[in-house]
Amino acid sequence: MATDAPALPNKLSKGPRQLGIVTDWGFRILALAAGLMVFVILALIAIYTTREALPWFREEGLGIFTDNWDPAHNDFGALGLIYGTMLVAGLAVLFSLPISIGIALFITDVAPQRFRRPFVYTVDLLAAIPSVVYGLWALLVLAEPLASLYESLSDATASIPILNTVFANPSASGKSFMTAGIIVAIMITPIITSITREVFATVPASQKEAALALGATRWEMIRGAVFPHSRSGMVAGTMIGLGRAMGETIAIALVIGASQRVSANILGPGDTLASVIANQFGEASGTHRAALIGCGVVLFAITIVISMGARALVTRADRRSAGA
Amino acid sequence: MTAPAVSLTQSTRKGRRELKNAIATTLFVASFVIALIPLTLIVVYVIRAGASVFSWAFLTDDLPFSNRREGGGMYPAIVGTLVITGTATAMAVPLGILGGIYLNEYGKKGIIAQVLRFLADVMTGVPSIVMGLFIYTIWVLPRKQAGLSGFAGALALGCLMLPIVIRTTEEILKVVPDELREGSYALGSRKAQAIRTVVMPHAAPGVISGALLGVARVAGETAPLLFTIGIVTSPNFNVFDGPNTALPQQIYINAATFGGFPAAQDRAWGAALALIGIVFLFTLVARIVTAIYTRRSAAV
Repeated sequence: MATDAPALPNKLSKGPRQLGIVTDWGFRILALAAGLMVFVILALIAIYTTREALPWFREEGLGIFTDNWDPAHNDFGALGLIYGTMLVAGLAVLFSLPISIGIALFITDVAPQRFRRPFVYTVDLLAAIPSVVYGLWALLVLAEPLASLYESLSDATASIPILNTVFANPSASGKSFMTAGIIVAIMITPIITSITREVFATVPASQKEAALALGATRWEMIRGAVFPHSRSGMVAGTMIGLGRAMGETIAIALVIGASQRVSANILGPGDTLASVIANQFGEASGTHRAALIGCGVVLFAITIVISMGARALVTRADRRSAGA
Repeated sequence: MTAPAVSLTQSTRKGRRELKNAIATTLFVASFVIALIPLTLIVVYVIRAGASVFSWAFLTDDLPFSNRREGGGMYPAIVGTLVITGTATAMAVPLGILGGIYLNEYGKKGIIAQVLRFLADVMTGVPSIVMGLFIYTIWVLPRKQAGLSGFAGALALGCLMLPIVIRTTEEILKVVPDELREGSYALGSRKAQAIRTVVMPHAAPGVISGALLGVARVAGETAPLLFTIGIVTSPNFNVFDGPNTALPQQIYINAATFGGFPAAQDRAWGAALALIGIVFLFTLVARIVTAIYTRRSAAV
């Protein structure tokens, strides 16, 4: 199937020469047009969502960055939502990063060669579970035990200065920043794992073997040869995970509760830019709807900046390892 | 593995190094095990809870008029998921393959290709809910109620799929040996002919598996459908006309709005099992195709 070469000359001899040039260029232009769709769609997203969000920007002005989201009183400051987005994504990366790096090192350096591929597929299965199923499971199964865990965590830290604010009022339902952070951490683990794994795989075998030959243990080899080589790739992987965590919607919408305020109490309810859109869009109209679309614009801007940064880092890392 | 180093013969020192190594290794193994725990728990729970409501009627009956009551099936949502994802695939896969061909065969290291490659990566990172809002503003809003249709949902899913298909196609084309292209040129073929008759047949299995992974990724998406497809209780095979429904949407509605009712919970678990089944099927087929492909190209 791949080597049909003998059949070629027959096909080639058909048709007048000029037509060949036309179809050749036609195909080239068609392919370019398909590629340009990416640019067109990104531009249209920016234009159309911003246009529909204009009433919000016009009415609130810089007030979009205040902490007063309240549809009942027509106040739509999104600071609490931006804070919630950052907090949940931050918690998710905090939980997920060490685990992901551990899994990546386990697969590249510890697991026996012939189990590596099956292990990679197993971790990738986590990415195949739909977001809404994570949300369903977190809401109906995980939330209850977590709620009692939060209760005891809150009691245990009641007299420790900073912690007694952070763990102050656990929500009885378990719906909180923390639950959202945990479930998103599970969801971004396969992404961070696969990126760091690919970065670790680019470490030249000669450097690893040199470290081992000098008598380094495996851990010393990892610290001395693997980590220094992979630093920018690991940062890029973290940023891509962070971007995913910020855009995650449905799972968070189901388990974060509904409080659009800045709050240090991470065991209490909150909301993120994405989850508030999912939860409130259905009954929104007028400025409220414009504000929700505006939340999408803010989210779009944040994730674009993050993925551009990550991309730049990856390109730099590629160039460096190509030069090495 | 760790032969005693000449310069570090002090036994306590060596012991500490090996202890550190053992701790690190244990932590690596532990991270893998920790990742398996939620995976196993979720899959087992979905299968157990889903299987208890699964029946022929569940797969073939219309949705109930009230989510609070028992009864009714998921047939319209299964139909919706299949036709919406199918339409999205029909739009995004050909475009994505063409785009991937441009990047690897024509653009290469040129400035346009570099920029498009970068933008495709950026587009992969665009949150799915933003895609939903985008289609809402550009397609649904101008058409009012008539805009809510399976097609609007398919547009949103297609936008999510496009950059994935472009990038995987490019990656696959990258590993097609240049000798094949050169052989084709030597026989007098034009570039487009070489791509159509030599490069693509060689890359087809990889491209197909990439596309299937893209399908699996978007089939479970809920956020882009929230404001684009509306809702129905009986199956709508026509993506272009009238509102539709989908499995992820049903799971979300039953969990979010009616989570307090046992009947709704059961329905959500059943729909989750059906959805995971569909997604896993796509992923599995993609994996098998990839496995056959890598074995074959290893043999060449």
